[in-house]
Amino acid sequence: MIRTVSRAVTLDSLMPYLGAVALIIAGSFFFPQVLSVDYLTQQLQIAAFLGLLATGATIVILLGHIDLSVPWVLTGAAILSTAMVGTGNPVLSVLAVPAALAFGALIGLINGMGVAILRIPSMVWTLAVNSMLLGLAVLNTGGFNPRGESSPLMVAMASGDVLGLPLSFLIWIAVCVGLTWVLVRTPFGRYLRSIGFNEKATFLSGVSTPSVVFAAFAIAGMCSALGGVMLAGYANQAYQSMGDPFLLPTIAAVVIGGTSILGGRGGLFGTIGGALFITLLTSILSVMQIGDAWRNIIFGAIILAMLLFQTLRKGAAQ
Amino acid sequence: MLEYAKSNRREVIAAAVLIVLLATYLGTHPRGASTYVMTIWANQCLILGLAACAQFFAVVVRGIDLSVGAVMALTNTIASYLLDGSAGGIALGMIAVVGAGALCGLLNGAIIVFGRIQPIVVTLATASIFVGLALLLRPTPGGAVNYDLADAMTLDVLGIPTALIITAVVVFAFWLPFRRTGLGLGLYALGSSEQAAFQSGIDTRLVRLAAFTLAGIFAGLAGLFYSFVTTTGDAGIGPGFTLNSIAAVVLGGVLLRGGVGSLVGALAGAFILKTIASLMFFSGIPSLAQPLFEGLILAGAIAIGGADVLRARNKLEVFK
Repeated sequence: MIRTVSRAVTLDSLMPYLGAVALIIAGSFFFPQVLSVDYLTQQLQIAAFLGLLATGATIVILLGHIDLSVPWVLTGAAILSTAMVGTGNPVLSVLAVPAALAFGALIGLINGMGVAILRIPSMVWTLAVNSMLLGLAVLNTGGFNPRGESSPLMVAMASGDVLGLPLSFLIWIAVCVGLTWVLVRTPFGRYLRSIGFNEKATFLSGVSTPSVVFAAFAIAGMCSALGGVMLAGYANQAYQSMGDPFLLPTIAAVVIGGTSILGGRGGLFGTIGGALFITLLTSILSVMQIGDAWRNIIFGAIILAMLLFQTLRKGAAQ
Repeated sequence: MLEYAKSNRREVIAAAVLIVLLATYLGTHPRGASTYVMTIWANQCLILGLAACAQFFAVVVRGIDLSVGAVMALTNTIASYLLDGSAGGIALGMIAVVGAGALCGLLNGAIIVFGRIQPIVVTLATASIFVGLALLLRPTPGGAVNYDLADAMTLDVLGIPTALIITAVVVFAFWLPFRRTGLGLGLYALGSSEQAAFQSGIDTRLVRLAAFTLAGIFAGLAGLFYSFVTTTGDAGIGPGFTLNSIAAVVLGGVLLRGGVGSLVGALAGAFILKTIASLMFFSGIPSLAQPLFEGLILAGAIAIGGADVLRARNKLEVFK
């Protein structure tokens, strides 16, 4: 257990946590209510949506790839699950969440097929998959907001709480703990990182690299779908393009968390911090009623500053 | 000629696909191959074409530029302030617009080279900054561009769409001579193998800086031309162009791992992408199904590009 933790926690991955604490302290000077329990638990609840997406993205980025199909896997899962509940059929309502997860896994497998078998760069293939899903959604809903509603289970997953902690946060952390165990303790986790470092060498050591790629993309798809289901529960509906604003913050959360975009190095502990940091940053900037323009500028500048700090620290250490 | 076709296989295939698509488009268009149809088609193609050129310069040095759309939005909003008034003022304004694009590219390059951060992450962050600046300039779409100038740039000269003439200028007056210069070769050297380039005495930092600055210049040109077509400034145009520019360069045979492809290919890829979209419009496919077909064709085209895998003689060849 201790070994698992010490391997998952690195100095890089602590950075966003320090950043988040700094944000809370700085924010509390302007708005004391930032320090209230209500505000902070609400942030944990909201961070879970971005966090789940970033969890899936971390797995794919560790592999040395990237998944740009997140927005429409999320939207598709939300549309699918709310439509199934919207039929009013109790059996379909119960199956809504599993069906959405299966949908995410299926898209993940399609992503993996293009990347592992056809050897298409993941950045382009997942982009193409994203636009096909967009097309399917438009065809299916006629371009209007899809009809349907969230089941009580989906609402509870997004807005419920257990012992004062938001259920969405607990689900997110549970997924992260499970996946961290997989990453650190199973062969799959080792293969994943070693493919990120050097795919050829991993293949030559007898690892079936395509199956690792398939599994990684399937996990990422399921994480995106889970995020979509919970967002639909949060908003009590699905809507077109609900995933689009999440794509870039997702990648930013992973990278701020110390995971190398080239693959191989990093982990989920940092990603949790990254998602918390970005959620807090967005929230505090909007609490301060800063306009859209400056919010974008400050957001970009702070991400750049954190990245520069990370590389400068490494440069000094060498 | 055959030798040329062989050594530029990717560009030749892209060009052939483009010609077939264009012929189909003109054949199905209710108004046929008129100058009017060609002009609208060429304008749409050139906007994405210039964006794809920007993406090409980042990709050829084994980078990627996620800020192409954001730089376009920023230069578009700048253009909506500067491109109206006296002739001299407009001329200076055009230089300022492209210069702003160059500065954005230089900033990207400087952070990538001196901060030693991956291009994808740097441009992700700077894109947010550039969009923010664009929103500062134009919180809501508006502004104006001199109509005479816009007409001159987006209509036709003696029946030939101006956009096609600009494309020809970019290829023949800029790209073909540029590819033979030291910098042009350096881009390919750096993209193929940074270590080998460094050891042959190429200043890799300078070349990478130049590549991203060129990307910024072309993104600025794309923003400028976009302003001529729409004659307003809009800070929200970015996201679609960034992702489409990546798809366009890949369709045009530029490899994302760097060092392979050409500006001509990038342009051809962009033209193919836009022609497919225009074809959809007149194809008789129900409008709701069009986005799906566009996605399917994009995926199909990319998958065919990936069919090189089938020619690998040894399984290890696919791990490049």
